[in-house]
Amino acid sequence: MEGLINWFVSIGNRYYDAFIAGDRYRTYFKGLWVTIEISFIAIIIGILIGVTVAILKVTASNYKKLKWLGVLCNGYINIIRGTPVMLQLLIIYNLIFTARDTSEILVAGLCFGINSGAYVAEIVRAGIESIDKGQSEAGRSLGFNANQTMVYIIMPQAIRNILPALGNEFIVLIKETSVASIIAVVDLLQAAQFVGSRTWDILPPLIIAAVFYLVMVLGLSKLLGMFERRMNQGDRN
Amino acid sequence: MIVTKNLKKTFGDHVVLNGIDETIQKGEKVVIIGPSGSGKSTFLRCLNLLETPTEGEIWFEGNNITDSKTDINKLRQKMGMVFQQFNLFPHLTVQKNITLAPVKLGLMTQEEADKKAKELLNRIGLEDKAMAYPRQLSGGQKQRIAIIRALAMNPDVMLFDEPTSALDPEMVGEVLELMKELAEDGMTMVVVTHEMGFAREVANRILFIDQGQIQEQNSPKEFFDNPQNPRLKDFLSKVL
Repeated sequence: MEGLINWFVSIGNRYYDAFIAGDRYRTYFKGLWVTIEISFIAIIIGILIGVTVAILKVTASNYKKLKWLGVLCNGYINIIRGTPVMLQLLIIYNLIFTARDTSEILVAGLCFGINSGAYVAEIVRAGIESIDKGQSEAGRSLGFNANQTMVYIIMPQAIRNILPALGNEFIVLIKETSVASIIAVVDLLQAAQFVGSRTWDILPPLIIAAVFYLVMVLGLSKLLGMFERRMNQGDRN
Repeated sequence: MIVTKNLKKTFGDHVVLNGIDETIQKGEKVVIIGPSGSGKSTFLRCLNLLETPTEGEIWFEGNNITDSKTDINKLRQKMGMVFQQFNLFPHLTVQKNITLAPVKLGLMTQEEADKKAKELLNRIGLEDKAMAYPRQLSGGQKQRIAIIRALAMNPDVMLFDEPTSALDPEMVGEVLELMKELAEDGMTMVVVTHEMGFAREVANRILFIDQGQIQEQNSPKEFFDNPQNPRLKDFLSKVL
């Protein structure tokens, strides 16, 4: 019995050292903030690139003259999906980090955004192609041009189909940003490792970081679930 | 109003339309019949360039719409189209379905379009469905909404691509009834259909298309009572 109590006390002490002592929780929150910043930049860039590439790809498949555009888009998607994100991060970092004062957070956000864009592009393309061809024909027959048809008729319907997969992609993205520590960004994981090197006890900080990630991802899933339910209210056949 | 000159359409090696020369006058009601795969739907879809012809020309109100310099979007505003599968926009209410195009294309303000939608819905007795979504409607109601959605653009011609083929039998009547009213109002109509009764009653002229060509055309009476082309005779003996 006493052994058990001692064990709990020692665990408690280890986590106290890893989180409370010396205001170390600040380190985690700083790291968390960096992770959120990188994820946010990456998600925005990912959506911008993804939607653009998806629309270019769908457009290119409809016009013979634009075949080169489709090839270009596929090239981007294949390169990004065919190489490890850590490698992409290192390459982009070394490409851009030739100038002094480059913000690592920005570089990481940019890199993960470019990476995520390829996946988002495929998700959006599948969403657009899931809409019946009759919808775009109806739009065109009313006098809308291709862009207007996309904006008023196809996209609003496609977004519903895209949303669950897109949420998934964001969750993966947030976790993937933990790779950013290799370019000297102090994100959540790196912060945990710093604490571990100070306390000579690496396990508690890692567990704490895991809890942070878990809370963040569960919160995001909850938010996305609410958003999806809202979108599904009213219509849909 | 619509003139096609030597209209040809091929998909790969498959020849769907093999040289169609046809003139449709203002106010005419032309019904196109023919076996499936004969090219009749393709012909109709070429008229507003939903299908791009491989060869030949199409003129609409003095514009060569097959010329790449022509603004087809502008001309399509004057050519209403009704599809077999209705193609209402499922994410929009009935009212929005009707007003979307006239408003976004700058032909009407939202108020004008709403008023127009109300008039049109009144006309078909569905004014209580203005705020409903398409999934809440029956097939016949959907198709009638699709027709007035096209009418809201004040088109000069209406193209119908087998408008009753996807409907339950008991709903065919209400759609044909609305089309008859349109015809009586003097709308120029081109209708691809299998409804022989409608063709006999409403058409000024019936075209029989088979193997990508117009095999025979005539007034409804002559067409049904005195067919000349052996393929048409064969076709009529099967469907009548």
